Amino acid sequence: METFLAALMLSAGYNTAVVSIGAGFLGAAAGAVGAFVLLRKRSLVSDAVGHATLPGLAAAFIVMALVFGDGRILPGLLAGAAISAALGLFAVDWITHNTRLHEDAAIGAVLSVFFGFGIVLLTVIQSLDTGRQAGIAGYLLGSTAGMLRSEAETIAVAAFAVALAVFILRRPFTLVAFDPEYAAVRGVNVRRTDLLLMAILLAVTVIGLKVAGLVLIVALTIIPPVAARFWTDRAPHMVMIAAVLGAASGFVGTSLSASAANLPTGAVIVLAAFALFVVSLLVSPVRGVVAGGLERMRLSRKVHERQGLLSLARGEPIYDGLTLRVLRRAGHIRADGVATLQGRAAAAAAQREEALWSLYRREHPQSAAVSPALELNPIAEVLPPETVAALDRALPRVTATAGQPS
Amino acid sequence: MHPAELVAIDGRTLKRGDAGSPLSITGLTVTYSGKPVVFSVDVTVPAGSMMAIVGPNGAGKSTLIRAALGIVPRLSGDVTAFGEPVGKVRDRIAYVPQRASVDWDFPATVLDVVVMGLYRRIGLLRFAGRRHRATAMACLERVGMAGFAGRQIGQLSGGQQQRVFLARALAQDAQLYVMDEPFAGVDAATERAIIEVLRTLQAEGKTIVAVHHDLATVPVYFDHVLLMNVRAVADGPVATTFTPEHLQATYGGRLAPAQLDDIAAALAGRRTAAAS
Amino acid sequence: MSAEFLQLSLVPLLVGMLACIACALPGNFLVLRRQSLIGDAVSHVVLPGIVAAFLVTGTVAATAMLVGAAAAAVVAVVLIEFVRRVGRIEPGAAMGVIFTTMFAAGVLMIEQSDTSGVHLDVEHALYGNLESLVWFAAEDWGSLTDPVALADLPPQLARLAVVTVAMVAFTIVAWKELVLSTFDAGFAESVGARPTLIGFLLVVAVAVAAVAAFDAVGSIIVIAMFICPPAAARLMTDRLLPQIAWSIGFAALSGIAGYVLAGYGPLWLGFDASVSAAGMIATVSGLLLAVACLVGPHRRGSGRSGATV
Repeated sequence: METFLAALMLSAGYNTAVVSIGAGFLGAAAGAVGAFVLLRKRSLVSDAVGHATLPGLAAAFIVMALVFGDGRILPGLLAGAAISAALGLFAVDWITHNTRLHEDAAIGAVLSVFFGFGIVLLTVIQSLDTGRQAGIAGYLLGSTAGMLRSEAETIAVAAFAVALAVFILRRPFTLVAFDPEYAAVRGVNVRRTDLLLMAILLAVTVIGLKVAGLVLIVALTIIPPVAARFWTDRAPHMVMIAAVLGAASGFVGTSLSASAANLPTGAVIVLAAFALFVVSLLVSPVRGVVAGGLERMRLSRKVHERQGLLSLARGEPIYDGLTLRVLRRAGHIRADGVATLQGRAAAAAAQREEALWSLYRREHPQSAAVSPALELNPIAEVLPPETVAALDRALPRVTATAGQPS
Repeated sequence: MHPAELVAIDGRTLKRGDAGSPLSITGLTVTYSGKPVVFSVDVTVPAGSMMAIVGPNGAGKSTLIRAALGIVPRLSGDVTAFGEPVGKVRDRIAYVPQRASVDWDFPATVLDVVVMGLYRRIGLLRFAGRRHRATAMACLERVGMAGFAGRQIGQLSGGQQQRVFLARALAQDAQLYVMDEPFAGVDAATERAIIEVLRTLQAEGKTIVAVHHDLATVPVYFDHVLLMNVRAVADGPVATTFTPEHLQATYGGRLAPAQLDDIAAALAGRRTAAAS
Repeated sequence: MSAEFLQLSLVPLLVGMLACIACALPGNFLVLRRQSLIGDAVSHVVLPGIVAAFLVTGTVAATAMLVGAAAAAVVAVVLIEFVRRVGRIEPGAAMGVIFTTMFAAGVLMIEQSDTSGVHLDVEHALYGNLESLVWFAAEDWGSLTDPVALADLPPQLARLAVVTVAMVAFTIVAWKELVLSTFDAGFAESVGARPTLIGFLLVVAVAVAAVAAFDAVGSIIVIAMFICPPAAARLMTDRLLPQIAWSIGFAALSGIAGYVLAGYGPLWLGFDASVSAAGMIATVSGLLLAVACLVGPHRRGSGRSGATV
């Protein structure tokens, strides 16, 4: 715990501090870019990108081991990873556009085949005695332990650069992600913006390899944006929230992982992001489960109560179990189903409400778009008083023909 | 709205809609993401009628029939078909979804799709046999598609796809046909062919309910109409229900006067046809 | 030669082939339903399932692990559906949230628990170890009928054989429902063909196949077996039964060719080592898919809609 706090306060050693800050920037960039990708409904493309880095990593390792005698040179490995990830991305796009197969199959095929081929190359590395496989294993699941100072600095600087790039490009990205056609009208080159978005996704993935690992890096571009989705319906806000959540997961996850043995960085970052997701899912007042569930229950009660009261008013029998329960709990009917005095009054009131609303709809046909749920509220609370008064005056003519409540 | 038939079951009195009606819906409410898309709709389809469900985009027409058939969950309401819960009378109901709702790139032939209509008759753990294929062929014949039986469904035009869907419904040999926009995006010849088949069905005493978009043809094709916009605005015989007033209430004043004139003309045509 | 082949190669060859076929069968429907990534998700969550089973039972008994993995798959699917519905989030993203988290939890559990001395490590989980399935009791071809020698067969073979048969049975028994619910779920519901239930059973079938194949080829290469043979088959024909036949053919070919290339390919190139058979199987299945993409007679769809830009 103490080491964790120390790491959080950036006082657990230079490397840890640099990596934690770098992971924070990386998380912010991943969250933001992931939000755009989510809006484009292409979230799992990043899964293909992540897995597709493996053959490039392994090939770069082999080449460097043969040429320089040491395969573990970070920039070289990342370059190799970027090249094969770009190939994977191109393959997904090509399959989707040139065959009848859909993107899901293309993503699945690319991620598994590239990964499989990467494993083949890993076994080749094992058989070369020059390099140790350990040099590359850290890239599978992410490991910041024993990172060189230069590596930590490279990652932090690159992550900062990518985060900056996302920040600069946020406007065209938002436009294209939200409404490509409108963006095109506004003069944004959609194809080029999409390519840029994918390039940044690729950069985030490659930079994050050493920190989160190629199997789990996809989580950083998916979980924070999905969590952000619960807090807002507006795209720009969502991008910002995703960036903040991503930064928090990256920073906290990396610090936590550095504070004890046996805490693999990638896994801890993902679990930190998931914790933020769960919190968002449950308690967000906008789209959270608790708020949504309560809202649905409330609406369901209201609908059943209104329908039940109208049935009472018309003297029709009620058979729906929930309707009966709602009426009984509200004291509108007795246990045997007979309406109470209060129930009869409420029924009459409901019928009057209904009559007012239907009169309003008839006289203002252009307002047909008014949400029906709104009409479950007393009309006086929704419409301006003078409108209600006018409706009230017109009402007697209507109810006279519609029959009186029993 | 309609007199409710009371049926005594287990000593309890249960309302089961209008026992005579092929489809009776009471208080049906459906919400998507907390927003009602169908709200407290009551409608009873008279036996032997051909009823159009009409309303603007997003009025919940498709949702109404999908909820009525139990394809999407409902928040409240009661639906009966032939006086029974829908789940008990699936043999007597044929549903024709929107053509665009399926992937026509699916690896199947025209005949394969029509044979799907025989699902309930083939039975569990059995496969379609020669007899079933013959039935399916006969249904294709009725929609003028017999020559296409071996064709891959992706090679069909929109109109041909719609005919295949109709043939699948015919294969079900139902009493109630519930169709979601059967005329959407089809050519004129197909539209005529479909309406011919529907009229034959009606003559055989079958009931047809169809979501329909083209206001001008409502009085020509249908004898009953349900006007809805999330809630039901009006339902009943076309002659008395399909009025400019109700249409304005349904479309929220968004109908152009020219459109209303067209409808009035079509209605007048229908009345003269009925009178002669 | 023959004794060596029987001891070292026969079982991996059969296991690889059966794993490919068992996965390709339900994979056909995943691809048609545009749910290929369910295979992705399910394969990833096999890891936490197995680790959890190990932590609970304390043994590496096959049954416990199979049950654990299958349970994890079901939990994952339920959670994905929950997140998708409640959050109104597209299925891909919902999957991404759940399977990466469960996979991360699995990795963490492995690292945190003391599994030294037990054969449970992350690398093995990721890409399996087909080559370790040796049959030392085999002496010659006669061993194939010798009950004593047969009893020494690696249990993975029998397990995969059973699972393959189960996949064939599932495909046949639920054929009409699978086809109906895949093509037109709304219609399927209206005729009482229970598309939701069928969709769930398909996921369970995928989970069972993934778990059985996982042991041999690891959790990520399994995805290639679910997707590549059916996807390639989709480009060869426009009829469902022939498509499934093609996919089985491609699957068997990937399994056999992949193993042979992994074992002997480097030798042919003059290297004295072999490479990962599981990886090579995935590579071969990918090459077959690539060829089908380039020359498959039905590689272009007819009435395609909803292509992403």
